[in-house]
Amino acid sequence: MKNEEYQKLVKKYTPKESRLFNGIVAFIIGGIIGVLGQFLIEFYSKYLEISTKDAGTFMIITLIFIGCLLTCFGFFDKWVNFAKAGLFIPITGFAHSMMSAALDYKKEGLVTGIGASMLKLAGSVIIFGVVSAYVFGIIRLLLFGGNI
Amino acid sequence: MTFKYNNVYISEAATVVGPYEFNGPLSKYYDKHYKEFYFGKKTWEEAEVHILKESVELLLKKSKKEINNIDLFISGDLMNQITSSSFTASYLHIPYLGIFSACASSVEGLIIGSNMIENNQIKNCICSVSSHNNAAEKQFRYPVEYGGPKPKTTTFTVTGGASVLISSEKSKIKIESATIGTVQDKGIKNVFAMGAVMAPAFADTLYRHLKDMNRDISYYDLILSGDLGKYGKDIAKEYMKKAYNINLINYDDTACMIYDLDKQPVYSGGSGPACAPLVTYAYIFRLMKERRLKKVLLIATGSLHSTTTVNEKRTIPSIAHAISLEATI
Repeated sequence: MKNEEYQKLVKKYTPKESRLFNGIVAFIIGGIIGVLGQFLIEFYSKYLEISTKDAGTFMIITLIFIGCLLTCFGFFDKWVNFAKAGLFIPITGFAHSMMSAALDYKKEGLVTGIGASMLKLAGSVIIFGVVSAYVFGIIRLLLFGGNI
Repeated sequence: MTFKYNNVYISEAATVVGPYEFNGPLSKYYDKHYKEFYFGKKTWEEAEVHILKESVELLLKKSKKEINNIDLFISGDLMNQITSSSFTASYLHIPYLGIFSACASSVEGLIIGSNMIENNQIKNCICSVSSHNNAAEKQFRYPVEYGGPKPKTTTFTVTGGASVLISSEKSKIKIESATIGTVQDKGIKNVFAMGAVMAPAFADTLYRHLKDMNRDISYYDLILSGDLGKYGKDIAKEYMKKAYNINLINYDDTACMIYDLDKQPVYSGGSGPACAPLVTYAYIFRLMKERRLKKVLLIATGSLHSTTTVNEKRTIPSIAHAISLEATI
């Protein structure tokens, strides 16, 4: 049997992923995290009497802390597996990816383990985040003169 | 290449498993189980060595033998540089061969050992394999606590150690013949569909075995594939029919037998070097000893990739080795 023919056979037996269902779940859970973030911003700016911008930073720190803590408790992986993009696209997922890698590699040493491998998943997010920020920054500069 | 054996027998076998396997349908057949993944050790890698070593110790105890009475230790696993096997061997102080055919390692070990016994080079040997879900996840996929979403065709690495003592002394189960497989590559790149990767190797080895031994597929009471999983099993059936015009009958897959696929969160079934031998040594041997099965063909399948070759988008080659077991009673 030729390779192409075999690959067709494999395709026939490959189950469809429930994209619509996953999308809806991700939308709802991601949305809840967004609402939680907005609530935290309102809460901090009102009760700590700080600007919305500073409250945003406080909100990010809070969510990262909660994300890391839940990873360490050991059940966040099951939630991620269910909610998928709803949990790993928001900042909670970023914290979770670093924390889970750190947990896996801490036994390989502080430098050779945590230091070298903590960014295994998050590293590419940071690299391409910085690169795309740079690219879009230039586009903005060229189109709007950087005054917006 | 197929060998026929006249005086190689399965003396005894021992199995140790983790929590998911124990919660599966074959739980009562295993010799020992653990409720968590560390087994009192600090790391998963150490835990895998522990489970493998323990399966050897249990095997010696069950067969009432001292380690010094064993001529050879053959072992394989999934960890980089097969450290679980080699570290276990470092405790045993007997001659050791480390082998690798990924999830087909168990049968590779049995074939090497059987050939040496048949040729009177050794009297007996222990063939072992191990795998550990978390250690394998960490090495091959995402960090364990990350729980990255995976497609339905993914298989779930079995946690367990399986050891078997084979010797020239007569017993209830005979190793009758074996076929060394060829490496197949049908151009599949998806590492989350290992059933699709390995089905052609399974089919090819089965075909060669039947041809070399001049047998019809109905000769066997049961044909077991290593760890193709739910979808791989369907692919294997259709591929066998289309490519070799053979209807797979009396057939099952150990990946589907070790877990309850409807109730346990294991995607399309088990995988790992320990998957096929855990089912065979714990469950199938029992059925054979009870005369409920007489002739069994075990074809363990292995996917021969590394994380580097996958990242480099290379296609995944696969291997399958077959061993034919017969109840002598």
